[in-house]
Formats: sequence, structure tokens, C-alpha cells
Amino acid sequence: MIKTSGDTGTVNKRGTDQESLIGGRIPKLDAPEKAVGLTRYLDDIKLPRMLYGKILYADRPHARVVDIDTSPAAAMYGVRAVITAADIELVRFGFGSDNTALKGEKVTCIRDEIAAVAADTPEIAGEAVKRIRVTYEDLPVVATIEEALASGAPVIHEGAPNNVPFRFDYDHGDIDEGVSQSDVIVEDTFSSQRVAHCCLGTSGLIAHFGPDGRLTLHSLTQVPFLYKHDLSRIVGVPPEKIRVIQPPIGGGFGSKLDVHPFEPICVFLARATGRPVRMVFTREEEFFATPTRQPMVIQLRSGAKRDGTFTFRDVRMTLDNGGRTSWGATTPWISMRTFSSLYRVPHVRQHVDVIYTNNIYACAFRGYGNPQATFALESQIDKLAHELGMDPLDIRLKNAQEPGETTGQGMVLGTCGLADCLKTAAHNAGWDVKHSGPQKPVGKSRRVRGLGMASLFHVGGGAKIYRSDGCGTILQIDDFGGVTVQTGASEIGQGSETVIAQIVAEELGLPIENIRVVNNDSDLKPWDVGVHASRTTFIAGNSALRAARQAKGKLLVAAAEKLNREPDELDLAKGNVVDRETGEPIESIGKVLRGMHFGRKNEMIQATEFYEPPSKMPDEGHKGDISACYAFGTHVAEVEVDLDTGVVRVLGISAAHDVGRVINQLGIEGQIEGGIAQGIGYTLTEEVKVEGGRVVNPSFTDYKLVTTHEVPELKLEFIETHDPAGPHGAKGVAEAPLVPVAPAIANAVYNATGVRMTDLPLTPERVLAKLNESREAERGATDG
Amino acid sequence: MREVVEKVDLAFEVNGDSVRLAVSPDATLAEALRDDLELNGTKTGCEEGECGACSVLLDGKVVNSCLVLALECGGKSVVTIEGLAREGRLHPMQEAFVNHGAIQCGYCSPGMIMTAYALRLENASPTEAEVRRALEGNLCRCTGYRKIIDAVLSLNNGESRHD
Repeated sequence: MIKTSGDTGTVNKRGTDQESLIGGRIPKLDAPEKAVGLTRYLDDIKLPRMLYGKILYADRPHARVVDIDTSPAAAMYGVRAVITAADIELVRFGFGSDNTALKGEKVTCIRDEIAAVAADTPEIAGEAVKRIRVTYEDLPVVATIEEALASGAPVIHEGAPNNVPFRFDYDHGDIDEGVSQSDVIVEDTFSSQRVAHCCLGTSGLIAHFGPDGRLTLHSLTQVPFLYKHDLSRIVGVPPEKIRVIQPPIGGGFGSKLDVHPFEPICVFLARATGRPVRMVFTREEEFFATPTRQPMVIQLRSGAKRDGTFTFRDVRMTLDNGGRTSWGATTPWISMRTFSSLYRVPHVRQHVDVIYTNNIYACAFRGYGNPQATFALESQIDKLAHELGMDPLDIRLKNAQEPGETTGQGMVLGTCGLADCLKTAAHNAGWDVKHSGPQKPVGKSRRVRGLGMASLFHVGGGAKIYRSDGCGTILQIDDFGGVTVQTGASEIGQGSETVIAQIVAEELGLPIENIRVVNNDSDLKPWDVGVHASRTTFIAGNSALRAARQAKGKLLVAAAEKLNREPDELDLAKGNVVDRETGEPIESIGKVLRGMHFGRKNEMIQATEFYEPPSKMPDEGHKGDISACYAFGTHVAEVEVDLDTGVVRVLGISAAHDVGRVINQLGIEGQIEGGIAQGIGYTLTEEVKVEGGRVVNPSFTDYKLVTTHEVPELKLEFIETHDPAGPHGAKGVAEAPLVPVAPAIANAVYNATGVRMTDLPLTPERVLAKLNESREAERGATDG
Repeated sequence: MREVVEKVDLAFEVNGDSVRLAVSPDATLAEALRDDLELNGTKTGCEEGECGACSVLLDGKVVNSCLVLALECGGKSVVTIEGLAREGRLHPMQEAFVNHGAIQCGYCSPGMIMTAYALRLENASPTEAEVRRALEGNLCRCTGYRKIIDAVLSLNNGESRHD
């Protein structure tokens, strides 16, 4: 299943592949506990005298708050606190500084938090919020981008009188020159929808204050140290008095990169009552009161020379920002990198308008603006190929980035397996046979099949969007070869704990069972920027590797002294100090450790490392080498389209990913397979539907996730480019597999039917409408 | 709201043990298991029977415990995820999930495993199509299901298709 790229590959220096943990199929260390039902998630944790918190939402998109009467709620037996904006200090937060924990004057979306209750039971809390009487003065609702930009449109936030809080611009080269060099120019508008993270475990928090004023949070955050800092400002507790405990979480996918209003609200309830308060969302709340993926409208114009060489790309992006700002507004920053750097293109310009409306708002979601951009770009490249009469594979190969290039946006591609990904994914999908020629109906049915491809570009070595993108490790070895690794990294189900244990066990020649990873308590773990940007294997892995190397060095020095040898004659393997040349065991590691501790010197092995990747923050023009390495990949989708119903079924996906090197084969397959499934949902069925500012489908009944039936045949291949910066050569992979799924499927629909889908999701209604349109056009042409 | 109501006695069997509880008439089986018996392995992901995270066996049939009233279980036998392991050893289905990488965040895993376990009580050697059908009501957002399906199929011959 693994293919090593010949050009850039290196072999394992130790030549011990068969015994190595690196690249093995290692079951997740936390899986047995999860399999027997003993893992305690947030909603399984009860603290003594804990209360239950509940929020009252505005449930109207745009209004002034005239009066709030909490007395009927406060009068209920079992209600211990009721709070409104009047009871707290209103500190603005979020990327646009346009949010507060509770809203006292104006409501700008239905999910705006108005009041909250802490009560003895969830039922009492739920009833109490219903009894709070709020008088509103409704304002005209701005439900669409067009309404927001119309002259005389209602102003949603005073800071943005034109309803445009942010504009971003990027460019390299000269578009006019690119246009003049082009033999073919194509232009399209693509749109993508809101989708929900749908973590199986819903959002929540437990907050409580100790008698010393210290605040302890059981939080699902993906960024515990940034979170401490941000929350500190909002709730008025110094960061050094905040402890963040991270219980196992029921899915993240980017949903927990921000401080959400419910979190300070829960803290305020804990402060008001002097008791622990737990707040756990219902599924309905999860759908309407947590942010979604950022919907985007992308106008894309691009050109190519007759031989397929890309000349320019001109992007205009419009974002429905909703009524408040979370990270959604910043997702174009990542989309830029795909437009500028997935392929070589000399002239690129991108303009982004972020528009306030009275809709719900968006945050980070696996891929962070990249799936939207890749859908537009890879769909249009397919169209360019068609216009030029080129094979879509060939046009991509012609323009594919290569190792050693510095892209127009200033990213330095040390390793790059894109060409290999393209060829491998195409080959495994049977591209040559299946893609060419008009597609014939399957048997006597009215179903046709087609193949489509799309590639991806993403950060693979972290993303320096803060001044530090680092991660710390504290490693200790006991007297028996037991290792405790305190890592800054956060485990959200993706398997980082296992990868870190593998890396440490490999370096120290110890069984993986000897390694304990501590990763869930800000009082114990060193700093890390958080679990996002596909960075943990790369950054935390590098940090753990360096700490383990330090420990190994100390161990070998001690062993050499004891054994009267030189340290470089020795190595560690299978729990022993061994002869480096012959691999012969000489002494057990435990014995060496005890000799160090209880012998003359009284030493123990403790190592610390803070790893900061060699990447740079982007400049004001969004340029710079933001990541220590970059991930590439290609997906080829095979679909079957029912010409009578418009139903698209994905039959197979062939995926090839440049992952640097596989650390855990089982884990990386899980990431790719899971990303593909999320991608299929994003492409075909998922949409948080918002009408007049209201979410109309806040349940799994009406929001269609992929199930066991929609999982296609999968062919996965890993292109190992052995990035010199990565731990054992590895790059990050977590977000990548979701990114190219939509355009691969849409291009396959084109290959099958000749209609190009530009709006996500590809619902049967949309596909059928396009099919009918094209039939009518054909009929018109025949009649004419 | 739930008024202060008289709790009602409930006697049933959970994981082979006789259990007596006083429960509210409107308490669900999931609530009784989680809140009264501290069997928190049974998860609740939607509380409307759509996600399958709360799947348990009721008299040998898999049910969404969020849709069953606790009082409906009087005299019946319930098996939860905590009831599968024996003498500290994982049940083969649990072991298969672990070894096949079928568990990521793990929130859906107890319900998945109970549903798969129930399938194999009725059908010792299910086909892939039968496995997909049996698990269609259990949502997973992490794995993409491939490894879950493989884990269940691996028990057919005591080994996995892929290994």
C-alpha cells in the first residue's frame, strides 16, 4: 500500500524496518478503554454539588432587546442563578470583536445568547429559561449577501456601516499580463454551503471556582493555552489562575478552536452560584447554536496557453459572515494558498469581501477554507482541460508543483509528491480506460458512470499564524524503563497520543506499552498552540522525538560509562542497551537506569524540549513560508449518475497522498477514510439550511450524514517523500483527505453526464435541473 | 416541566445482574443506565433515535435506549457495552474494533459495538451488505465506517479481510 517516491526517498538508516514501530499498524492506545465503555466524556463527569446550565437564545434574527424579565425563572424551586448581560461585564471577543458572552441591546442572529440559568437538574434549567420573558423590537432581517449590500440596507453592526467588516487582498504577478498570454480563458461562479461538524459528542463545559479563586474548566477546547488566555480576558480571571482539563472528546474537526459564548456564560454561572456548573448542548442546540463551515461564493476566472500552461487566476470571494464573527471570516487566508500554489501559475489575484447578514455564523472546520477553494479551482481546471482538448490528468501534470520550488506566495516546497500522487491515483482508478470517451449507460438502466480527479495542497508542517507554532515535551524515565511523556499536544480522537508514544518508544528501544502520554491538563503539560492545521504529528512528533533523543543520549553515556564502552558503540533496542554493530544485547535498560539513580551519581533521566518549526508568519500581503513542509494529494472519484432522478452515487475513490512518511499505518488510513466520508457528505447531502435567518433542519433526521451505505470502494496509497523537517520524514495529513473530494466527484459527474455542477451540495434536484437544462439546450440545437 | 413526580419501582436485569431502581415514569432507559446505574458507556448523541450511540440490547434485540422508557424494561434483560467484556478480557467484537482501527473519538463505538454484537447473535457470518444494513442507524463522524465494517467482518473467519 505504501509507495516510496524514488526521487526524494531515503531508506531507514537503521535498516530495522521489520522491527520498527514506525509505519506499523498500531492500534490506538486509548481504544481498549473506549471499546469497553469506560472512557469518561464530558457529559459523563459529575462533580459534587454540580449544577446544570442552560441558555436562552434570541430565536429571532435581528431585533433590539427592550426588556428582560427573569423573575418567573428565578422564582422556580431549584433555580440557583439567572444571568443576563446586565449581570456581567460585557467584554468583546472573537476575530471581529463583535461578540459578547450575553447580548443586552441588540440581537444579530437567532443563536444570540440572551440569558442563562443554573439549576439543580437539567429539566429545571430547561423549564426556567422558557419562563424568562424578553420583549424585543424586531428589525428588518438581512437574510442574504444581496440584501446586506443593497443601498439603504439595515446596518447590522455600527462598526461596519456598509455591512462589510473585512476585505482581504492577495496578488502575485500581473493579471493583465496573464490575460494577454492566454489562449483560453474560462470564468465561473461556484458556491458552497454551510455544513455542521456533527461531532457525535455535543459541545459543553464544566466550570468551577476553588476557594482560592482558581478556575478549573473541563473543556473540549482544541487550543487549551490560547483558550486560557482568551477566556481570561472575557471572565476576568488571570490566565495563571485558570486550569484547563481536557476530557476525551466526541469529535473536534475544528469546531473547538474558538472561545464560544456558552463557555464564558458557564463560567459566569459558576461564579454566581459558587458551585460547579455543567452545560452540555442538545443536538438541536449543536445544530443552530454552534458555528458551521464558512459558506462561500467564488467567482473564478483563469487562463491557459494552448499547450495547457496556466497563465493567470483571478478570484473574487464573497462570504456570508452571519451576524457575528468567529474564525469563518479568516478561512480565505488558507484558500489563497491553494489558488496561488497548488499548481504553478505566474499571475494570481484574489479579493475577498466578508459580509454581515443576520444568519448564523461560521468557524474553523477541517480544511479551513481549502475545500471551498479546491472545489472551485479543480472544477475549473477540468473545464480548462476540456476547452483545450486535453486529458485532465495531463493538464495537471503539466502545471504540477515540483520539489524545490518557491511558490508565488512564498512557500518553499522542499518535498513535493504531487506528480506521483496524480499518476498513482489515476492509475489505481483505471483512469486511461474509464475516463476517456462518452460514457455509456450501465446495462439497460438510465444510469451512467464517470471518473473525475482533483488534487490538493495544504500545510503539512504546522501553520505559523501565531508568533509561536511550537509544542513542548517533558519526558521522564522511571527506574524500570517506564516513560511518562507530558506533551503539549491535544488528543481529539485522531491518534496523536499513539503516534507520540510510537516515536518515543522507537527512539528509546522500549515497548510501546512502557510509554504513558499525559496530554490533557494545562497544569501538567507544556505549551502547545493547539490541535489544528494538521500539525500534531509533525510539531508534537518533532518535539517528542527531540526530547527522546536527549534522553537516549543521557542513557547511552551512562551505559557506556558503566560498560566501559564509547556511547557511539551502543544503541537501544527491545528494552536493552545493545551493541550498535551487532545488535547483541549487553545490559537491560532498567538496570542502567537503576545504576544511574542509586549509584554514585544519583541521576535520573528527565528531558525537556520546546520545538518551534522553521516556518514564518505571513507578511501583510499574506506571503511567506507559513509551514515547515507542505502536503499534496490527488483523489479520483468514480460515480454513477441516475439520469432520471439526478441521484449521484460514489462508487469508488482512489486516493494518493504525499504524507512524507507513514508513522502509523492504521491511524493514517483512518484519517484518510474519515476525511473522504466527510467529503462525500459535504459534496452530496449535507447542508445546514437557513431561511430568513432561521435554521430549518436542526436534527439528524433532516441533516443527512453519510452512513455505512454510502462508503465507496477505497483505494489508498501513500507517497513517501521523506521530508527532512518531519519526524521520521512525516508530514501532517488530518485535513487533507476532505479537501479534494467535492471537485473529484463534480468532475466525475461531468465525465458521466456532460453537465458541470458549480453549487454544493450536488443534490438530486440540482443535478436533475442541470441535466434537463442541457437536454433542452441540445433539443434547441437540434431543432434549430 | 417535569413536576415532582412519584418515582416508580423498576426491577430488571442489567448485564446479568438483578437491579432494582426507583425511576421517574418519563425516564428513558438511557437515563436510567447512565444516571442511576452509572453505566456511562451508553452514550447519547441526539436523544431522538437518529444516531445510534445509545444502542443496547433489550431481551436480545438492539434498541435505541433513548427511545425506550425505563419502565418498559420491567422484568426484561438489558445488555450494555459494559456487559460484553469477561474477566477483564475484551469481547472479540471489542478486540476487533481496537485492532482494526475502528475507534477514533470513540463516542459512537459502544453503540456500534452493541449493534454489531446483536447482528452476530442472529447471523454468525454476515455478508458485507448485511453488516452495512445492520449498522446503517449508527452514525460515525470520524472513521468513514470502512474500518468498522472490516472489524465486524473479521470475526467471520476469525480474521480480517485486509490483514
